[in-house]
Amino acid sequence: MGKMTISQKILAKHANREFVKPGEIILADVDLAFANDVTAPIVIKFVNDLGGVIANKDKIALIPDHFTPNKDINSANQCKIMRDFVKQNKIEHYWESGEVGIEHALLPEQGFIKPGMLIVGADSHTCTHGAFGAFATGMGSSDVGFAFATGKSWFRVPESIKFVINGKKNKWVSGKDFILKIIGTIGVDGALYKSMEFCGHAISELSMDDRMTMCNMAIEAGGKNGIIQADNITIDYLKERNITDYEIFQSDDDAIYANVYEFDASNIEPQIAFPHLPENTKGISEIKEDIKIDQAFIGSCTNGRISDLRIAAQILKNNKVAKYVRLIVIPATVEIYKQALKEGLFDIFLESGAVISTPTCGPCLGGHMGILADGEVAISTSNRNFVGRMGSPKSFVYLANPAVVAASAIAGKIINPDEVVK
Amino acid sequence: MIVAKVWKFGDNIDTDLIIPARYLNTSDEIELAKHCMEDADPEFVKKAKKGDCIVAGFNFGSGSSREHAPIAIKAAGISCVIAKSFARIFYRNAFNIGLPILELPQTDKIDEGDILEIDTKTGKIFNKTKNQTYQATAIPEFMQELIESGGLFNYAKKMIQKGA
Repeated sequence: MGKMTISQKILAKHANREFVKPGEIILADVDLAFANDVTAPIVIKFVNDLGGVIANKDKIALIPDHFTPNKDINSANQCKIMRDFVKQNKIEHYWESGEVGIEHALLPEQGFIKPGMLIVGADSHTCTHGAFGAFATGMGSSDVGFAFATGKSWFRVPESIKFVINGKKNKWVSGKDFILKIIGTIGVDGALYKSMEFCGHAISELSMDDRMTMCNMAIEAGGKNGIIQADNITIDYLKERNITDYEIFQSDDDAIYANVYEFDASNIEPQIAFPHLPENTKGISEIKEDIKIDQAFIGSCTNGRISDLRIAAQILKNNKVAKYVRLIVIPATVEIYKQALKEGLFDIFLESGAVISTPTCGPCLGGHMGILADGEVAISTSNRNFVGRMGSPKSFVYLANPAVVAASAIAGKIINPDEVVK
Repeated sequence: MIVAKVWKFGDNIDTDLIIPARYLNTSDEIELAKHCMEDADPEFVKKAKKGDCIVAGFNFGSGSSREHAPIAIKAAGISCVIAKSFARIFYRNAFNIGLPILELPQTDKIDEGDILEIDTKTGKIFNKTKNQTYQATAIPEFMQELIESGGLFNYAKKMIQKGA
């Protein structure tokens, strides 16, 4: 039998096969399929047109996170389609405003994500869940409708690219900088159709929050999934949620990779992705010009978790946001919101002049809660800096980690956190 | 056989350019079509005629999983998208909703305004304006099966009937 990568093994298991090879197309059993308020109406139409069959209600979830609390009448109608479907079919895994969070922060936090699972979501950042050693990939609404109705999905078994990061992480560097460095190296289609496997000592030392940030942005390199093998840090995260039933998969030592990239963490400094592509990265010390900002955003499925808020608060403490700059902080889930409140982080944010919103994807995709005007510049912890992504097609978005975004909000321009925290 | 006038775009035409998120508060295809390619070319919908095609570079449809992107293109009357490569979610979505797409490495040879004769089944493309013939990458066998069974929806229908 041939050797397999972790991604191949998870796909083989779910296709009830001993071995699957890259390039072949398989039909596999899906453990979890989900959609959000933007993508669900089309999923629901697909399912209803098929006669309303749902293969297994326990294995589906609906999460109204993009334009909620409803930003306008159309969005409210989209959410209503979702809510009516949930009520009619008595679907349990649904969260209303007040409980809901950004899907890719909410699902792991609520214990839905386990190692070895096969997960599909009608959202491109579904790849986030690979941080748990699961195979998770984003699909369109029809594909997810297919999974809702049949409990299955078809997959082209991907080739894998291995990214090994060893060495000691520098100050102010996080999983965000590792993944931006990788995207800057291979480009926005550098992993097209492929699996991105992250490993090495520097990865083993990352928190689950940082691992989720890395896998989250696999799609930004065109990847089908991002994946990190489960270890003690994963097991501890699951233990806190009383989860013990899962299978840990690992790549064979001699598994075949399309490519292997090696990085030394000690050579990676905080990364900034310039407009209008995530691959336009520069190390912060390489930026010589003053890049003035109008808005700073800390949140999203990439960087709206508690550790992101903690580091931002550490920098914002006893500092004020620059005049004419808006700093928007959005905890990704209600649990994160409550935790931040309990730890006193909100006091720090409010004292600094930041505005705090209820959990939502909001400004990351130019939805609501902080849209950019013509010519405005934002620095954001989110995942995309495409033309018009956060508002006006004439605005400019720079991507960075939460420490850099917090420091830049204080300075009114993009700076190294070292310049704020002496 | 499709006969289509070309609208040319570059690399990395992402889903935010194809249909900006500010219009995603609906899945009505007529509404979506009104804003097709708006942030790449605000005049596109006014200029493009029914049956025209889009020709682009690498990584067409990158970014979001929104099926609204191929839906907007199809509903705007575009008959086919030809690109050097497609982002994977867009690729699946296009097949699932019945928007013909073809991968062709030599799209640089094609200019805006050229008239193409496109056979979406064989992938054969004849550029009438330049008198050139190109061969697009073959569509994977499974995708062909999907098309032949009438798309993902009908494939699902058959599966459910078999299972029942």
